[in-house]
Amino acid sequence: MSTVGDYQTVATLETFGFLPPFTQDEIYDQIAYIIAQGWSPLIEHVHPSRSMATYWSYWKLPFFGEKDLGVIVSELEACHRAYPDHHVRLVGYDAYTQSQGSCFVVFEGR
Amino acid sequence: MSKKYDAGVKEYRDTYWTPDYVPLDTDLLACFKCTGQEGVPREEVAAAVAAESSTGTWSTVWSELLTDLDFYKGRCYRIEDVPGDKEAFYAFIAYPLDLFEEGSITNVLTSLVGNVFGFKALRHLRLEDIRFPMAFIKTCMGPPNGIVVERDRMNKYGRPLLGCTIKPKLGLSGKNYGRVVYECLRGGLDFTKDDENINSQPFQRWQNRFEFVAEAVQLAQEETGEKKGHYLNCTAATPEEMYERAEFAKELGQPIIMHDYITGGFTANTGLAKWCRKNGMLLHIHRAMHAVIDRHPKHGIHFRVLAKCLRLSGGDQLHTGTVVGKLEGDRQTTLGYIDQLRESFVPEDRTRGNFFDQDWGSMGGVFAVASGGIHVWHMPALVAIFGDDSVLQFGGGTHGHPWGSAAGAAANRVALEACVKARNAGREIEKEGRDILTEAAKHSPELAIALETWKEIKFEFDTVDKLDV
Repeated sequence: MSTVGDYQTVATLETFGFLPPFTQDEIYDQIAYIIAQGWSPLIEHVHPSRSMATYWSYWKLPFFGEKDLGVIVSELEACHRAYPDHHVRLVGYDAYTQSQGSCFVVFEGR
Repeated sequence: MSKKYDAGVKEYRDTYWTPDYVPLDTDLLACFKCTGQEGVPREEVAAAVAAESSTGTWSTVWSELLTDLDFYKGRCYRIEDVPGDKEAFYAFIAYPLDLFEEGSITNVLTSLVGNVFGFKALRHLRLEDIRFPMAFIKTCMGPPNGIVVERDRMNKYGRPLLGCTIKPKLGLSGKNYGRVVYECLRGGLDFTKDDENINSQPFQRWQNRFEFVAEAVQLAQEETGEKKGHYLNCTAATPEEMYERAEFAKELGQPIIMHDYITGGFTANTGLAKWCRKNGMLLHIHRAMHAVIDRHPKHGIHFRVLAKCLRLSGGDQLHTGTVVGKLEGDRQTTLGYIDQLRESFVPEDRTRGNFFDQDWGSMGGVFAVASGGIHVWHMPALVAIFGDDSVLQFGGGTHGHPWGSAAGAAANRVALEACVKARNAGREIEKEGRDILTEAAKHSPELAIALETWKEIKFEFDTVDKLDV
């Protein structure tokens, strides 16, 4: 039997798509990083059929200046409850560069 | 007051050594490392460099008096010792803005590194740094898109981008070449790259390559759900052919093309960059031939100057060396010039080889590309050194995987994301690199095999060109 393995293509959702789903603590670490960088947390969601679209729906508005990790965690959960079949991603929005310093999917819809 | 014509040969320093001069904000400033012929005083050497790179010639000529040459001349305003070197010294020269055509890097280099480099009174001459005044920078377009726009176009955030050069670099047919592109992209890379030598050879004409690559990119994008690209090398024998290739890449809906800016030349590069801005195309820049110019510590042009020139001429990604891989480049120096590519202001810092404050104003940034002899074990160091605004490219480190390029790509992607995740969580990724990668490999057989395959490879030669400190 050959020692060569078969690599199967996987559909992924960009950054951190190749890592196993994050634990609660690992998600906290990433939120803390976003806040420590001075970025605004922002939550977006989309139906999986539209995941390659540039614009996902905002959950409420960007949480400008929010420093409370607990608030972000409960907003992520609220978004997931409201749209259980949607992908939900957390963005660290950097108004200085108008870019995203961080962006990863927290809940995968199906 | 008018002057009298006095024919003959004057000492350069009478005219071009002006230690009391205070440089203007609009002056273009240069720092040269000069090694003169024995017996020639430093001031005379430095003044000769200022003269020969601006208005001067070896003899006084009558026609100088038709103009106000003091307004146009370059001047040496400071001389400094080179630490640890008794022969060489730094000459700081100020050039008035009007010596240069607006927006022309070609013109700047023709003056500053033209005839003067062959000048007999010098044994060696090296252009270490240029301070471009804002008044000049504002006449250059710069990167066609810049880092922020490139991230938005490619939908890549919060991490370095991942790429690789297709190997073998020469000799594959178009269809086979597209196969390797497809394997890499489906495996998790963001970009693949034409090798710089790939233009349009008999074994693979450019149209043929472009078509197969476009199909590979499209397929990989559909199957992975992520944005993908391949740097289609448009470098060609003539500008006309270069634009023809660029147009075809656009027709095929491709996001990015590539140019070799030193062998292709600054004029071609600036032209192609403008085409890219107009056509919404990203531009990857290779730097073949740079080491001929920048490697000798006493002669030539330092890469930080070539990097600054590229940012002005235009490019969205530029190769910068890896620090840790098979190619030359020490860490502090590399950090110094990747700042020049990406930041809006870079302060003078001799420990990084930056001789001047450099204000880039609103000019877009250029991704630093680390490529050459790197593999997964280098990942923690690369993420620490280069940060997020970089493209990390593993050639052998992708295709050399025992399961092939797709698995090699996946191994690199897992390693990259594990390092970024750990960094964000506050871990010291260079110190804890081994643990971070080993942990990540538990969930990725592809990474586990990659770690096993490359564990013995090291590149520990001393750097030839070091900072003078």
